This record gives sequence, C-alpha cells and structure tokens, in this order.
Amino acid sequence: MPPIIEVRDLTHIYSAGTPFEYTAIENVNLSLQSGELIGLIGHTGSGKSTLIQHLNGLLKPTSGKVLFRGEDIWKEKKFTQSIRSRVGLVFQYPEYQLFEETCWKDIAFGPRNQGISGDELDARVRRAAGFVGIGPELLEKSPFDLSGGQKRRVAIAGVIAMEPDVLILDEPTAGLDAAGRDSILENIRAYQQAQNAAVLMVSHSMEEVAALCSRLIVMNHGGVAMDGTPSEVFTRSEELVQMGLSVPQVTTVFRLLRQRGLKLPADVYTVRYAVRCLAAWKEGRSC
Amino acid sequence: MLKDITLGQFFPGKTVIHRLDPRTKLLILILYIVALFLAKSYLSYALMLVFLVTVTLLGHIPFKSMTRGLKPMLIFILFTAVLNLFYTKSGRLLFEWKFIHIYSGGVRTAFFMVLRILLLICGTFLLTYTTSPIALTDALERLLNPLKKLHVPVHELAMMMCIALRFIPTLIEETDKIISAQKARGADFETGNLLRRAKALVPILVPLFVSAFRRADELATAMECRCYHGGDGRTRLKVLRYAKLDYLAFLIGLALLAAVIVLRHFGL
Ligand SMILES: Nc1ncnc2c1ncn2[C@@H]1O[C@H](COP(=O)(O)OP(=O)(O)OP(=O)(O)O)[C@@H](O)[C@H]1O
Ligand SMILES: [Mg+2]
Repeated sequence: MPPIIEVRDLTHIYSAGTPFEYTAIENVNLSLQSGELIGLIGHTGSGKSTLIQHLNGLLKPTSGKVLFRGEDIWKEKKFTQSIRSRVGLVFQYPEYQLFEETCWKDIAFGPRNQGISGDELDARVRRAAGFVGIGPELLEKSPFDLSGGQKRRVAIAGVIAMEPDVLILDEPTAGLDAAGRDSILENIRAYQQAQNAAVLMVSHSMEEVAALCSRLIVMNHGGVAMDGTPSEVFTRSEELVQMGLSVPQVTTVFRLLRQRGLKLPADVYTVRYAVRCLAAWKEGRSC
Repeated sequence: MLKDITLGQFFPGKTVIHRLDPRTKLLILILYIVALFLAKSYLSYALMLVFLVTVTLLGHIPFKSMTRGLKPMLIFILFTAVLNLFYTKSGRLLFEWKFIHIYSGGVRTAFFMVLRILLLICGTFLLTYTTSPIALTDALERLLNPLKKLHVPVHELAMMMCIALRFIPTLIEETDKIISAQKARGADFETGNLLRRAKALVPILVPLFVSAFRRADELATAMECRCYHGGDGRTRLKVLRYAKLDYLAFLIGLALLAAVIVLRHFGL
C-alpha cells in the first residue's frame, strides 16, 4: 500500500538569512502508513515539533518535499489548506488555544471551517467528544470552567472532530497525572482503530510509547537516528542513553540482569512481557 | 513569521559600541539628533554621515540589517519627499507640466528632508541594535532619577517598561503558536472581506488575552514571593558606571555638535 504521508529530504532552517539562522531539521526521510500508531521520541530541541508542523503544511520546507497520498502538499494553495483538515495536528498544551463560549462551539470550530453544518456538525462534535470521554453535560459548559485534564480533552476533540486521516499529537500527556494520561492514550488508540488512521505521537515518556506504539522514530540533532519497532529500538539502549534519552525502566532492569549473566531477552520493554519472561525464566524455559 | 520583524532588534556583541554605558549612548543620540536638526549644508550632512557610518562599522552592524529595518518606513519617506518636492516654491523653475511645478529649491529641500529622516532612523537603530532593551530602561531610569524629587514614579515606570519589553518576544511567540494551532483547525485569516477577517481574529485574541492575564498574574506572584516592594532601598546587580571610554565617546559627540554649530554659523 502506498504511504499516506511521505517526507523526502526535508530540511528546515529557521530565520534563514539573518544572524539568527538555525538549522532545526536536516535531510529527514520518513513515511507513514494508514493504521500505524507511531511514537516520535527525541531529546529536547531535536526538531520533533518542527518536523510535525511540516506534515500538515504549517511550516514550509526550506528544501525537500512532503507528499500526502503521493501529492506534494505545497503544489497549490487550496491543496495546502485542504491538507490541514486531512492531517490533524494537536499542539503541545492545546488547552491554551480554547476560545469559544461553550465546549460544543469550540469543538465545532474545525469541522465548521471544513464547511460542515447542521445535524452533521452536531453528530461530529458528539462523536469527537465521545472519543475523548467528554460527556454531553460538559458540552454546554464554558471551556474555561473545566479542569486542566478536561480542557486538554476538549482541545483534542477539536482536532478529532475534523476526522483527519492522520492524527499528530505533540506531547498529549505532558503535565497530566497517571490516570489522566492512561485514559487519553486509550482515547487516541480508540480513534486510531475506529478510523484506521495513521497516528503520530510525540512523547518524552518511554513507558508510554513502548506500551502504545507499533513503531518508534527516534530523532537526534535534527535527523532521524532510528526507525523501527519498539523492540528493535530498545535493544539499542546504549545509543539511546548517549542521545540523552532513557529506555523504559524494565528494559534497564533487564539489561542489568543480563549483565549479571541471567539468560533473558534484550528486547523487553513492557511490564507485561517482562512478567511473562521472568515467570518463564523461573521455570527454566524461554519466553 | 512575526518573529522575523527586525524593527529595533538587539544584536548582541562585544564591540566598543556595545561596551559603552547605555546612558552615554542615549546622551550621544540626543546630541546627534540636535546636531541633525541644526545641520544645513552638504558639508555638515557629510559630517553626520561619516559619524553614522563610523559607528555602524565600529559596532559590526551589517548594513543589510540597517536597510531591512528601513523598509517599513519607505512609504513615509517617499511621502515626505514628494510633498517637499511639489510644495516648495523657491529657486529656479526646473519643470512644468499642467499643475505640477518643480523648483530647484524643492529638489534641495526634498533631498535634505529624506537624508535627515534616514540619518535619524539609522541613528536610533544603532542605539537599539547595540543596546539591550533592559540596559536601555536602566539608563532611562538613572537619567530621569532627578525627577523623583517631583514625585514622578520613575522606578515604577521603568519597571513597567522593562516588563513590557521583556514580554514582547514571549507574546509574539505565543501569538505565532496560537495562529499555527488555529490554522491547523482550518482557520483562514487571509481571505474574505474586512468583517470576516476581523472575526477571524477572535480565535487568536481570546487565547492571547487569557494567557497574557495568566502570565501577569504569575509574574506578580513571583515578584511578591521575592519580596519586591517598589524601588525604595533596592540595590542593583549591575551598577552602571562611566568609564574613560564613555567620557571619550561623549566628547566626540559634543565635538560633532560643536562642528555642526560652527559650520552653521559660517553659513556652510
Ligand atoms: N520559531 C523558531 N525560530 C527559531 N528557532 C526555532 C523556532 N522553533 C524552534 N526553533 C529551534 O529549533 C530547534 C528544534 O526545535 P523543536 O521545537 O522542533 O524541538 P523539539 O524536538 O520539539 O523539542 P521539545 O522536546 O523541547 O519540544 C530548537 O533548537 C529550537 O531552538
Ligand atoms: Mg516540541
């Protein structure tokens, strides 16, 4: 199947031609398929936010191309505009962008810009609110009266309501407690499965991406350093640590155990799998 | 992007000009402006130009950023030039067509006017390019200190200015972010009539104001937590002191003004 988004030799230079010139990403190549749930990780300043803003045409590449279903998203202005609703982007701390009097209106802002109205609009809003666990009783409230976690959900619903084929989220769980985090991640997965969408999620938590994603992309110094399944990526834990990243805690524990001579696999990155492996190890078989 | 606006932006550096006391630079700018308005002849304008170019070179300010800063002023400058060209009626008649009469005096006035505005703007740019806004407010506060006797709240005004300056980049960055976020939700700021475009600003302005108030609140709390209670008895981390270099620079500024006055006196 052809990729839904393809990035070719993408380079972006901020403030080009001024004394503040800065190359944020250089020669990035990527492709995303429908139905994939991808984690994007990397040290602070490695260019993650810069990269994802290219995928829906908010930033224009200094050089290189971004293709949506094989077509250059910058080929004409109308097309770039239409890409914004096909590729949904949820910014970091999206709750700071709420502005309407009621949650319903705020969630409706995106689909309304797409030209949807009437019953269809209402259905979209309610469906999106359902995905993120915002009940109908909250829809008539002002978004400024909600708790931080609820605001975040409403903001995410505002993008989901456009029903994009690709959903990109920049650190959707930053600053939330464990329960809030888990339920937002569950909502994201639910959307991805219901729509068979491609989802790309930026995160700083290795546990989070390890548990959720089927593929990981690691960025370092403005380039893609690794791209593979979580087990492929986490087996290279030394390199990750050198990039200033961590690995999930269970992976570290297993690496230390292996150093002590225990015969355990190197690609353990979820607690569930770790438990299975340890149980198997105790009975003397492989997992 | 909004961020690329360079009007009065600070270029950090370590040149002689950067190292001067901000008060000296401010005073020299005042001398320079007075001299500029007293200058009358080609010779005195040439002198001013030499001064400006020397300071630009000493401060390692690229001429390109100077011209870029001038761009927004272009219309204003052109307007002044045209006005002076058509409305000065002295000297020889050079050109006549229907209601348009251009005299040699008009050409001269227009030329000097444009030159004067250019020199004025560039001189001010030099100050803001080589002096951080914080240093500038500090200098203003110190220079205006005597007004405290007249119960002018100099410190409070300087503090307000300082905070405003400090938050301009932050708010610009924030605005950029909000615009991007709303664009990602399909907001369109570029098409439609005036009313539609004004309406399109609501999704930007509301979050911007909300966050500005939140920031102001947080800042006030943070300042109180550090026992800020106005200017009385406050000491400074960086105390401004005049050095030899400053006296020298100030003398050069005075010499420039004196030279222009002398030239004017001799009708040059
Ligand atoms: N608008 C901008 N103008 C100039 N430089 C920028 C701008 N935005 C980002 N940068 C620079 O580009 C680099 C990459 O920034 P980016 O925001 O993409 O990093 P990131 O990987 O998202 O980091 P984080 O994990 O902290 O969010 C940083 O060094 C940053 O200073
Ligand atoms: Mg980021």
